[in-house]
Amino acid sequence: MTNPKGRFGVHGGQYIPETLMNAVIELEEAYNYYKNDEGFNRELNELLNDYAGRPSRLYYAGKMTKDLGGAKIYLKREDLNHTGAHKINNVLGQALLAKKMGKTRLIAETGAGQHGVATATAAALMGMECVVFMGEEDTKRQALNVYRMKLLGADVIPVKTGTATLKDAVSEAMREWTSRISDTHYCLGSVMGPHPFPTIVRDFQSVISKEIKAQILEKEGRLPDAVLACVGGGSNAIGTFYNFIEDKGVRLIGCEAAGRGIDTFETAATISTGKLGIFHGMKSYFCQDKFGQIAPVYSISAGLDYPGVGPEHAYLYDIGRAEYVAVTDDEAVNAFEYLSRTEGIIPAIESAHAVAYAMKLAPSMDKDKIIVVTVSGRGDKDCAAIARYRGVEIYE
Amino acid sequence: MSNIKKAFQNGKAFIPFITCGDPDLETTAKCVRAAVENGADLIELGIPFSDPTAEGPVIQGANIRALKGGVNTDKIFDFVRELRKDVSVPLVFMTYANVIYSYGAEKFISTCRDIGIDGLILPDIPYEEKEEFLPYCRKYGVDLVSFIAPTSENRIAMIAKEAEGFLYIVSSLGVTGARSEITTDLDKIVKVVRENTDIPCAIGFGISTPEQAQKMASVADGVIVGSAVVRILEEYGKDSAVHIGEYVKKMKDAVIG
Repeated sequence: MTNPKGRFGVHGGQYIPETLMNAVIELEEAYNYYKNDEGFNRELNELLNDYAGRPSRLYYAGKMTKDLGGAKIYLKREDLNHTGAHKINNVLGQALLAKKMGKTRLIAETGAGQHGVATATAAALMGMECVVFMGEEDTKRQALNVYRMKLLGADVIPVKTGTATLKDAVSEAMREWTSRISDTHYCLGSVMGPHPFPTIVRDFQSVISKEIKAQILEKEGRLPDAVLACVGGGSNAIGTFYNFIEDKGVRLIGCEAAGRGIDTFETAATISTGKLGIFHGMKSYFCQDKFGQIAPVYSISAGLDYPGVGPEHAYLYDIGRAEYVAVTDDEAVNAFEYLSRTEGIIPAIESAHAVAYAMKLAPSMDKDKIIVVTVSGRGDKDCAAIARYRGVEIYE
Repeated sequence: MSNIKKAFQNGKAFIPFITCGDPDLETTAKCVRAAVENGADLIELGIPFSDPTAEGPVIQGANIRALKGGVNTDKIFDFVRELRKDVSVPLVFMTYANVIYSYGAEKFISTCRDIGIDGLILPDIPYEEKEEFLPYCRKYGVDLVSFIAPTSENRIAMIAKEAEGFLYIVSSLGVTGARSEITTDLDKIVKVVRENTDIPCAIGFGISTPEQAQKMASVADGVIVGSAVVRILEEYGKDSAVHIGEYVKKMKDAVIG
């Protein structure tokens, strides 16, 4: 699906400063070498299994299924991974790769803080230096994760430029990378940015759909009718979709953050409201004004609060292979509370967007149908913010 | 012949960068004229972008001020049309790919030709992606300026061979902004450039003082200064023109040596 220049249809590419070109070329060469290297894969699998706790469980949500009265619902429990989200899958891969490349320092952007925590974790494990860029707004929304990163030995730099959220953290991490390349790997957290990042991150996250496939075949003896995941940049979604792309009977459904609604300016639903553009190293869909200025997007979820979407998602949308739906803050918060009460699982507010759409979709399907929802992360980090959303002030 | 070459016919060139609309277009017009009267050989006009990933804090600030002031691509085109009535030095736009892409590449670049813009400097368009805009640049006679960075190494010859207008040599790693010291071996880079092209090369990023400018001009054909000019606008706002004029004179004198 990727051509040599890292294109997914018209999307993707390498729209970055010349200063970084040799760095991404070096990364691509190293990745192409190590992805087929037996020793590298053995080491990575050991880390994923023994350290991160893979494979993650595929759990039949019986009470939720019964309550909604439609399709059988399975939850892919990425929230049970070490550090509490799918982000660790990609980070262990990239950190190991960086180490093989002789890099001693990892930098990363983070939105909700999950990717930052995962990167800080891998850096601690592998004895690497770590600097995480996080929008100042997000450091307030996700104060607990800031503390976790510091506890793990990382420096957290609050980014005050622009909207002080995820896009600004990405910009700042890119700026930092141009100033220090030789010892530093930019551990990008989603399937975005310049080639080869969308491919590398997708490959490391595709373990999600590889496991779902084996697990559902074992439990049900057939493939699911639909798989659902939330989409910001889109890494857990592409991980959930990837091994089903060729299985045309499986609907691939990405759930974007509509914020206060796709008919308002306070939204982050890129595919629903954006247009084709070039930003952060890639051609894809972006929320922007008519002169190409990137829009100040909004979502209750810091992890989905991004004005773009990964190029492979843009392509899957173009060819009609995947569907993208918009889920509002309200719907996500309801789903956050619903899953907590019904199944005793507190999902990340990001993942709650996918749960919310499952709550709409499942009742419209027959009882012999099967859907799988990826719970990309756990929601402990969100409890204070959701309490505030409901008008309760609590202190972490 | 590319109009840009004229900028390099008055001894070593001095090229200031000004963000259009910072804080408003009237001020930009006054500053451009002051720069030209005081010896600027080419003006790099920035079209502001919301998320300028190659810029340091100073030019980021200029982008924010300009956008807050309500400037946009159409207003900048009108401004350049007006400016061209009496300003004849080469003018290039410096902006980001999405500003051009969202406007419609052909519409943007044909308008550049119509209003007298001689070239485009796009920090997020490396060699590998230049086909995005190059066909229109060729069609309408607008030069697409290429960058060479301290990390370019094995790429220098490839980039230089196909370069147009002038080559923008990035003096240091990192983003735009003044630096106390420039440690890149620029002589070595320029030597490889000279072996592969006859077009002029100018050095930018990190240069703010006459001493630095003189040193850089001894290596290349010209010197580009952005953040130090924008700093003047940050400090004096609408009253910047006279200060920019003085600064440009000092810098042009330094590069001529």
